Amino acid sequence: METPTVPPEPIVSQTSSTPANLPQILTYPSKTPPQLITQGAEALLYKSTYLLPTLPCALKYRPSKPYRHPILDVRLTKHRILAEARVLVKCRKEGVPVPAVYALDESKGWLCIEWIEGEVVRIRLNEWLRRRKEAGTEEGSEEEELVDLMGRIGSAVGKMHGVGIVHGDLTTSNLMLRPWAKGVMNGHSSEDGKGILEGEIVLIDFGLASQSTADEDRAVDLYVLERAFGSTHPRAESLLKEMLTAYGKSFKGANVVLKKLEDVRMRGRKRSMLG
Amino acid sequence: MALLQTVQLEHLPQSHSIHIALYRNLQNAAFLQQQLLEGNTDYEYALIDASVIVSKIHALAAVYRAVNDLLANRLRSRNVHSEIVFSLSPNNNISESFRRFGIQPTTTSLLLIKVSTPTSETSPSDLSSRLSTQIQGDAVPFTDEEIGTMTDLGRVRKIYKLNVPGGGGKKKDGNTAEERREMEMLILGAMALRGATN
Repeated sequence: METPTVPPEPIVSQTSSTPANLPQILTYPSKTPPQLITQGAEALLYKSTYLLPTLPCALKYRPSKPYRHPILDVRLTKHRILAEARVLVKCRKEGVPVPAVYALDESKGWLCIEWIEGEVVRIRLNEWLRRRKEAGTEEGSEEEELVDLMGRIGSAVGKMHGVGIVHGDLTTSNLMLRPWAKGVMNGHSSEDGKGILEGEIVLIDFGLASQSTADEDRAVDLYVLERAFGSTHPRAESLLKEMLTAYGKSFKGANVVLKKLEDVRMRGRKRSMLG
Repeated sequence: MALLQTVQLEHLPQSHSIHIALYRNLQNAAFLQQQLLEGNTDYEYALIDASVIVSKIHALAAVYRAVNDLLANRLRSRNVHSEIVFSLSPNNNISESFRRFGIQPTTTSLLLIKVSTPTSETSPSDLSSRLSTQIQGDAVPFTDEEIGTMTDLGRVRKIYKLNVPGGGGKKKDGNTAEERREMEMLILGAMALRGATN
């Protein structure tokens, strides 16, 4: 690699975000300008590069909140960055499909992680359901692809629970479908037009995750995911049992969680305060 | 010597360029280590035992962290070069990190890194001629292929505690390219979490 002869363009002017919101490290030069991907209540997510122009990364930046006391603000930000990084590192080490942690600066409020190719399940699922409707296919038929996807989701969530992590915000927007790596297609098709539900499930956004092996916490994770399916893809709701079946086989103790899930369904996510 | 590489890392100021040289068959390891111990400023480099490095990214991640900490004024060790060695460590023990990752009298494969800073600018040509007299060894290109032939995978696994009891996930022998990449990912995570308290 040689030193670039032409200094890169100033980055600030090329991004869609305001300069004030750009973390300091993103104001230093890079071959391609950082791109704001999404913005939540707590954090901004940029696509950028780490170390080399050829290594894409996701940079999660938690800007300081002006309405919080400065000392508290710094402490909360540090705590959350580190908590998320620890959970990701633990998952990765135990073989749960999550983005790898590249670097972090808890004082400056950023976390740099592996860039995951593909698209979130919410988008793919909506596209699939739309296409099916257009084709006039009856609901309840030709659903192998969807059944298979639900199974993969159940297994991935189960694997995460099995290593002692609960996600805290399981929605179809926090599940990625990453194209199968070459050589591990194991019979999955990937021709164009077909297979939009294909790919490896990768769990993302561990901003609300915690280390827990409590059945209650696990059941709430599943409940939140069920409700997410119910509200964003009502036509896929009937296949939730496929997900739970796969979940049930994914780790020792999963069946206890499924029992607990029935209780949670009866009363909702929040535990009764009446004892 | 054309094998000295100069790199501009993404998201670091242009004033901080990185010079890197890789050597095998190092002859004067004991002498070099002695210069570091004596604080000889003519030898102010990060001198890393290349057998505990798995890839370019692994080494560059340590450089990135050290320079980022330099810019934030929070170096934990003497200078940015010792900080690079310390940044490779998964824990906060500085002297242990020098023993594990730094040059030892027995080191035969050496990764040398020099950071050019605004207060101490280093040009590639000056450095190149200086190194040709200071380092007695065979310069080789800084590539994943070269590094790969030097890596002591068993030692790396031990240092970064990559043997997950009970298996957990896939085998991480580091024998295939894919396993090696996974190993690199786990190492980056361990390095990033160093010093994480609260």
